[in-house]
Formats: sequence, structure tokens, C-alpha cells
Amino acid sequence: MLQQLEELKSSALQELEGASNVKELEAWRVRYLGKKSQLNRILRSLSTLPLAERKAVGAFANEVKAKLEDSLRQKRQLFGEAQLVTTIKEEHVDITLPGRPFPIGRLHPITQTLHEICDIFVSMGFQVVEGPEVEWDYYNFEALNIPKHHPARDTMATLWVDFKNESGERTMLLRTHTTSVSARIIETMRPPIRVVEPGKVYRYEASDATHTPMFYQIDGQVVDKGITMAELKGTLYEFARRFFGEDRKVRFRCDYFPFVEPGVEMAIECLVCGGAGCRLCGNTGWIEILGAGMTHPQVLERGGLDPEVYTGFAFGMGIDRLPMLRYGIDDTRLFYSSDLRFLRQF
Amino acid sequence: MKVSLKWLQEYIDISLPPADLAERLTMAGTEVKGWQVIGGNWENIVVGQIVAINPHPDADRLTLPTIDLGTEQQTVVCGAPNLKLGDKVAFARVGAQLIDGHSGQVFRLKPVKIRGVVSHGMACSEKELGISDSHEGIMVLPAEAPVGTPLADYMGDVIFDLDITPNRPDCLSVIGIAREVAALTGQGLHLPEISYEEAALPIDQQISVEIADPDLCPRYCASLITGVKVTTSPRWVQQRLLACGMRPINNIVDVTNYVMLEYGQPLHAFDYHRIGGKKIIVRRADEGETVVTLDGVKRVLSRDMLVIADQEHAVAIAGVMGGADSEVTQQTTAILLESANFNPASIYYTGNTLNLPSEARLRFERGISAELTLAALKRATQLIMQLTGGEAAKGLADVYPGKLEPEPILLSTGEVKQLLGVEFNLDQIVGALASLGFDCQPSDSASAVLVTAPYWRSDIHWAVDLIEEVARIIGYDNIPAVMLSQPVPRQDPEPILGLKQEVRHSLTGYGFQEVITYSLTSLELLNKLLPEPRPFEPAPLPVANPMTADQEYLRPNLRANLLAALSANQRHEVGSIRLFELGKVYLPRPNDLPDEPEVLCGLLSGPGREKWWQGGDELLDFFEAKGIVEGLLSRLGVESSFEQCSDESLQPSKQAAITIDNNRLGVVGELHSKVLDAFEISGTAYLFEINLTSLLPFTISHKVFQPIPRFPSIVRDIALVVDTGVTHRQVQDIIKGFPLVSQVTIFDVYAGGQVPPGKKSLAYRITFQSPSHTLTDEEVNKVQRQILSKLSRQLGATLRT
Repeated sequence: MLQQLEELKSSALQELEGASNVKELEAWRVRYLGKKSQLNRILRSLSTLPLAERKAVGAFANEVKAKLEDSLRQKRQLFGEAQLVTTIKEEHVDITLPGRPFPIGRLHPITQTLHEICDIFVSMGFQVVEGPEVEWDYYNFEALNIPKHHPARDTMATLWVDFKNESGERTMLLRTHTTSVSARIIETMRPPIRVVEPGKVYRYEASDATHTPMFYQIDGQVVDKGITMAELKGTLYEFARRFFGEDRKVRFRCDYFPFVEPGVEMAIECLVCGGAGCRLCGNTGWIEILGAGMTHPQVLERGGLDPEVYTGFAFGMGIDRLPMLRYGIDDTRLFYSSDLRFLRQF
Repeated sequence: MKVSLKWLQEYIDISLPPADLAERLTMAGTEVKGWQVIGGNWENIVVGQIVAINPHPDADRLTLPTIDLGTEQQTVVCGAPNLKLGDKVAFARVGAQLIDGHSGQVFRLKPVKIRGVVSHGMACSEKELGISDSHEGIMVLPAEAPVGTPLADYMGDVIFDLDITPNRPDCLSVIGIAREVAALTGQGLHLPEISYEEAALPIDQQISVEIADPDLCPRYCASLITGVKVTTSPRWVQQRLLACGMRPINNIVDVTNYVMLEYGQPLHAFDYHRIGGKKIIVRRADEGETVVTLDGVKRVLSRDMLVIADQEHAVAIAGVMGGADSEVTQQTTAILLESANFNPASIYYTGNTLNLPSEARLRFERGISAELTLAALKRATQLIMQLTGGEAAKGLADVYPGKLEPEPILLSTGEVKQLLGVEFNLDQIVGALASLGFDCQPSDSASAVLVTAPYWRSDIHWAVDLIEEVARIIGYDNIPAVMLSQPVPRQDPEPILGLKQEVRHSLTGYGFQEVITYSLTSLELLNKLLPEPRPFEPAPLPVANPMTADQEYLRPNLRANLLAALSANQRHEVGSIRLFELGKVYLPRPNDLPDEPEVLCGLLSGPGREKWWQGGDELLDFFEAKGIVEGLLSRLGVESSFEQCSDESLQPSKQAAITIDNNRLGVVGELHSKVLDAFEISGTAYLFEINLTSLLPFTISHKVFQPIPRFPSIVRDIALVVDTGVTHRQVQDIIKGFPLVSQVTIFDVYAGGQVPPGKKSLAYRITFQSPSHTLTDEEVNKVQRQILSKLSRQLGATLRT
């Protein structure tokens, strides 16, 4: 019996040596290690053997089985690795071919800019609020010290809604600036107030490379006890630093807006010429970014706030110019063209 | 406004270079938009005098004038027709840079031989010097021009282009700007000295003035000048007017304009003999009253407008434009010179209604001071006498019902610090204010002064107005910049803002490009949404004064503009297009502002995927659009359902209303082919639209954590055969109603072949799950039998074998 096992072992190992593929390997396994294999038969017949013989044959048969299994494992691994090499060779891909295309969506450059600006102000404790785009004359003008027949109305050519009140006056308009939201906020919110008001505004203007009848603005309004012009400057400096970068020079000059006093205009050093003077900045070296100022006491009073107790500052800026400056866009109408060749660039 | 540096220098010494002056003015509130140097290129050009004119030996049309240049004399060849012995001219030496009179090109003057005679230099026309387009003859200089002086010294100038803010009508004048410069540079101001001799006959015996409506005319002053000769103005007057952008007319009108530019007070000259009854009445126009204005146009007036009238009729529209009737002409020999003050709002209204812009109106409607009238009137009277040889009547007419006493404003150092955030002492404050002509008197407090604004500053009413003056004179740069020091206020952001942001980001994730279209649209565009023509309903909100025909209405939806955008993009895009817009629509409400809900609209067209090297030609279908809507709403935590609907812009069989709790919030579907045709869109396109304002309350859900199942689930697939009319949802609702069913997914829909006609096969994967134990096959078999039996009973479903 032992002799038989010995022969079995040597012939099996010899045959295994000759196996040249996975298929032959499997046939070998069935023949020598399968249920109907000689080895299995021997192992099953062990119980019929006398005890002494059973011990010796059993031990050896298990040893042979272990040896064959181990050899098979080694051979398999060998074949596996060879197979892997072949597979890797066969499955080579041209990695320069483009990947499966997924449609790419993008936010409009104005939306991106608005998000960026709002994030900066939110980080300084401002809350974003919105107001109606179709507005009463009162909130757009009257509440902001721009009564009827005020020359400041000329600087904001107005689109009126075809609506007349009982006295036959046109009182409904498309807001000409987001400052109308400030007028509402001062009336409804109680200090401390710290808000920014982004949105669309409208002007009665013919379209050209620098004008569109609709564009975006963001206004800001701060009202609290002890708000000063130094804080106005600090807040807007911080905005400019974060939006335009650390090195961009900023200047504050006196300007006039009916709803603030003192009035301020903030400009940055020209992004094209760096202050030397060019076509973009009208040879001044500066680009006007926003209007601002200390909220006029009458505006506070109209909203029910005591200007003796509260002071505030306000600012307002056009949004469309910012991506124009940043990306060198030369025609503002492109923003509202919906042209994918333009929008895809941002 | 344009201001000449030379003119400014009459009132104040300015040694700053133009760039520095511009910088200071700009920083202090008078924005200098630019400046033009006149004579900056006038090297080698000097004042000369013609001392001889000889004929050219070889040409009849040319002469050989000899020009005295002080140090030497030059004989040149000249073709100009207007040479006169003794005239002063601008003489260009060889090397001068000039502008060619014919081609307009800049060239450098070289010696030239003209018909055999060499010319070293030339006498110049205005065009050659770049002063104007005049090239008919050489420019003749005033007799007092000093021979030999460089022309740039004699005639050079810098013209500043200023942007004057609406609160500063006083700066719409040379003297006003001079005052600003004085405050900013510390230089003293020297204003024109005015004195003239008056005739014996008093003015009030020759004209009477009555203000019938003093609310619209606080003051009316006039002088009377007789014996005038109307002719053209001298060059220096004309030149200054031209430099400031005004056209010279005659010496009378030119003086009124000159003094308006100088003082900021508009003036008007009437032909005295045309004033009926020798009486001026300032009154409201009668309704429908007409007057022919200087431009020859007959104007119809209303009760809200103010006129200057004589005994019979209106002779001018007050402050806006004079009447043709009483216009100064060559025949005029006596003039009544008006210097008045009018109500700004009334002037604004009249000028706007009649659409008459003018320099006078610009000043009146900004509210110039009534105190300005007399000084300007005297100055103009003096100049008219000087230029026309006339004689002024004794005294002036001055009716002043609207006189206001200046009210001092108390200003303390504390207020300045409270607003500016920096401490300035009283000396600094008084110094800044005094430099601008403000009168500062001590008050009861040692830290406050009583400030009275000078008469020309009609814009000062509040302490904050004074604080701005202090700040801008000391300089905004001297105010520190600090971060807000107050505690951050409580934040209550509106939830719609978060929803909009979430939706935008989701849509870009689904590969949609955001677009922004104009909120203004046209009925023509909106009508394209209707497959069958009918009036668009409900009527959109109309704009009263649209700029163009395609912007007459506020959009009641986003889809019209978005379809137009798709159409435009199809002209150059080859692949699939996915667009969305998120914005307001404007829905009219009676006697109120419109409702402005936030709406999302998306469009898909073209292939389902971009063309790729392995396939990618699948077509889009309804379920792509629906899948996006489902994905979006699922992200927002909203349970939605899709119901039948009838949106006429969509294909009747391929559209669904998006509903939540029986509220219709939007729609998804394939666009109607007639709508696509109307918008000239090729292929098919799918649309979805969701009213985010209505959706908002459903997105504020309170999510509750569900424990992750501890026991294994059992999955069963079943294939059912049902009538084609049975919907997926009917089947799904029944299955979902059974206990242990945790998930139902449809994975196949099939009709044809092995399925009988009128039937379809629906295949479902049902997941069974118990939260309390491991399910056995028997348990699941039991439920599955119950499901099949109910499906069979209620829907006639059979198991597909």
C-alpha cells in the first residue's frame, strides 16, 4: 500500500511538471485529488485496514495529499502570474484617449462673483437679504432723499411700470439700484443692522459695450450705535483686499449720493496699467468700484431710527464690472447673451 | 463742465502742475475726468506781426509777407487771402509741429521752395494749430498780442473736464472751482472788481417787475442797458466760450453766457423795446398758453410752468428758454438783462416735460443761491457796457420775496469724532471750514462752533454736511480704516437663499449651464409659447417707457427667454445643450407690486451624452428630464409625485405636473413641436420648471434617522402581465402597501413578442426586510402570494411565465 502511494506520488508530481496550462492543471487535480481519485479511494478505505497498517498508511497518504495540494498551489500560482502578465499585455489601453464625457455645468460668472462677494461680507457678520425688483417710487427714491424733480433722478434713468395711482402718478418702477432694499431694511429691521443686498437693477438705457438695461448690484447697510467712517473704510478695505488682492491700491475720495453724508467713492488702482493711465481707466490710473458714505440722518429718521442714537454706513457697487475687470471681458452684453461659447469660459 | 486753467488763474494763483491740481480736486469731490493741454505742441511758434506784403513774382494767388518776430524778420510764401499789414499772427518757425490743413495729418515744418521762392516758416490757421477746424485764412491775433512771445505762453491753456455732482451747483462756474482750489491750496482768491457808471434815469421809471407766483420765483433782478450795438464778441470772449463748449452768438448773448460760466448764475437778455407795457410779470403759464422759443418751436405750456411775461403775453419760459419774440437781434438797441432765481423742482419739471436741456436749466434745477443774482447781474452789465458801448440805467430792479436768513449750524468736535471715527480739534475744523468761506463763531460750548455757510453753498443744511466739508478738506486719507468693532448682529438668513444656492449647485452637478436672461421680454416672444394663436394670458406686466420693442413686458415665465437662448446656441453648438435659469418672474397683482416668485427652468436638447469614441449616441427622452427633477427633489428631501397635466407648450402625451401634497409646483415634459418650430429649435427638447418659492415650505423637513437594518433582507423578482392602461404607480402602490416590503424597483417594461396584444409586462424587484428578525423563505412566500393575489384582484395582473 505504501509502495502504491509512493508510485502515485512520483507519477503525479512528474505529470504535474508536464502540465502546460490551466486546463491540464484542472484535469490533473480531478485525476489525483478529485473525489474519484486513487488517493481519495485509499483514504476512504483506511477504515478497512488493520490498526497498525492503518496508522502508517493513513499518515503517509495524508502526507502525499498535502504534498500534491501544495505542488498544485505552487503550479497554479505560477500559471496565474504568467496569465496576469499576458492579460496585462492584452488589456493595454491608450491612456491618451478621452474619458467618458460627463456634461459639465457651470454657474454664470455673475452668480460666481455674487457668491464670492457675499461670502466675504458674510464672514464679516453681514446677512444677505433680498428685496423686490419691481418697487415703489418711495423706496427707490423718496426714502433715499431723492424727491420728485431731484436732479439725481437724471443719473438713474428709470423704467416705469405702466401703472398709475389714484392721483394719476406713476409710482411703480423697476428699481434703479439695490439701495431700495436698504430703504426697506431701515424701515423694518432694528439695529444692530449689518446686511448686504444683492440683485438685479434696471435702467432706461440703450445697450452698448458698457451698458445693458439690466445689470447686477450689491448694496450694504450697517446701522448701530457708534458706527464711524473709519469703520466704513476698514470694511471696504477688507473687501477690496480679499476680492482684488493684497497689493491692489485702494483710494477713497469725496463723492455725492443723496442718501449718504459724507459721501465716498472707492476706486482701485487700474488692473491694466497699474496706475500709469490707459484706455480702461480713462487715463486716470483708477477704476471706480463703489459708492458709499455715512447713512444720511434723514434716511435713518424716515425709517424710524433716531440719528442722535444711531449712525450707519452704506455702500453700493455694480457687479458686472468685476468679472469684466478680472477676466478682461470687453462687452457687458455678453453676460446676458446666454452664449455658451462665452459662459463655458468661466 | 469744462474749465480753462487760464480763466481760473484770473481769480487764483495756481502753481500746481495740471496732474496735481486734478488729483486734489478729484479727491475732494470735484472729479476731473481729464484735461486737454492747448499749445502743448507749440514749440517754435511765436507771435509775429506782418510788416510788409509783397507779391509773389510767379504766382498771382501767393504773396510774400514779411513777419516781424521781435528778434528777426522772416519773409515767407503765403496763400492765405486775409493778410493785412499790421495784423498779429501765429508764426511757425522751421521745426514746428503743425496739423496739415487739408489732410489733418501732423507734420513737422521744413523749409520749402514754392514757385521758386524758399519759405522758412509760415503763418498759421487755427486748424494748423489744432485750435479749431477753421482753415479759411490765417488766424489773426488780438492787437495787444506781444510780438516775439511764444504762442504757448500767450494762448496756451489747459482745459479741465470736470464732473460736478448734483449737490454743487456753485461749482458749475469758474469762480466756484476757484473757491475749491483756494480751499485746497491755501491760495487767496481775487474776484473781479465791478464798477460802472450809471445814467441819470432810474430803472424803475422804465420797467416794473412783479412776481405773481413767489413760490416758484424767490427773486427777480434786472438791469437796463440802452444804446447797445449788437455785433460779434471779441476773440477773448469767443475763445473762452468755445473752450467751455459754448457757441458764440453775439456780444450780448455771449456776455450772458460768459457770466453764467464765470459766476454760475444764468442770465437772459430781452430786447427792451419788445417788452409790452414795460412790465415784467413772473407768473404761472395759463393752461394751453403758447410761446415760440428761441429755437423757433411753438411750445404749449401748462399751469405747472413758470413764464416771464410782459403786459400781453409770455416772453420766455422762466429759467429754461427765452422767447423768439423778445430775442436780441442785430436791430436791438436796448436790453433788459434778467438775473433771477427759480424754484429748482419747477425748472426740472418744465425742462423735462418740454424736453429742453440747457445750461441755465442745469444750474437752476440744482438749486443755486438766490443771493447770487446781483453780483452776476452787475458783472454782466459792466461787461455789456464795455463790449457794446451801452449805458446802464440808474439802479437795478430787485424783487426778492423769497429771502431766507442763513441759519447757523452748531458743530462740535464730538459730532465730528462720532461720525468720522477720528478726533479733529476745533482749530482744524474751523480752519477747514473757513478756507471754504464758512463763517465760524464761538458757541456756548468750548468744543463747538456756530457755523454759517457762505451764500453760494445752497447744499449745506445739516451738521453732517459740515462734517463732510471738514473731512474732504483735511482729506479722506487722514481718516483711519478700522474693522467693525460692534458685536456681530443676530443672523436670520432667508431660507429661500439657501434653497436657491442648493438648486444651483445641483443643476451644475447635472451638467447644466446657468444662464441669465433679461427680465424684460416681448409679447411676440411670449406668443411663441402658444401652439394655437390666442391672447397671452394672464397679461404680463407692461413697462410704460420701454427702450426697445423686445423689452415691453416683465417676464411672466422663464421659458420664453430660455427657449430663445437654446435656439441661439443651436446655431453654433453641435452636441447636447443643457441650460437652466433661476430667477424671478413677475406676476401682476391689482394695485400692488407684482408677485415675484423665484422659478427654476431647465432645458435639454441634443443627444443624451456627448459624442464619444465608444458610442454615446443615445437620444434624450422624457425620462432624462424627469430623472433630473426626481434627483433634485430627492436631494432637497422632498417627496414628490407626477400627475397628468395639460401645459399647452408641451407635447400632450409627454408631460407631467410636479406635485407635492396636491400642490402643483411645476412641470416637466417634451416641448410641443409647434413651439419648437416657432423658436426655430431643431430636434426635440425637454423642459422642466419648478416654482421654488412654492417649493420652499416642503424643503424645510425634519429628517429623522432610520436605523441601518440589522437583519438580512430577501430579494424577489416578479414579472407581471397587465393591461397596457395599468400604470407603474398603481402596481407600485399596491406592493408598497404590504408589510415587510422595504423597497420596490421596476427594472423592465416590455410589450410585444411573447406578451399578448393589449398587455404589457412589468418586472419588479421587491426587497423584504424585517427590523426585528431574519426573514424565512416561508414568511416571504406568504407575503408574495398575498401581493400577487391583490394585484390580480385589483389590476387583473398575472404572473408572467
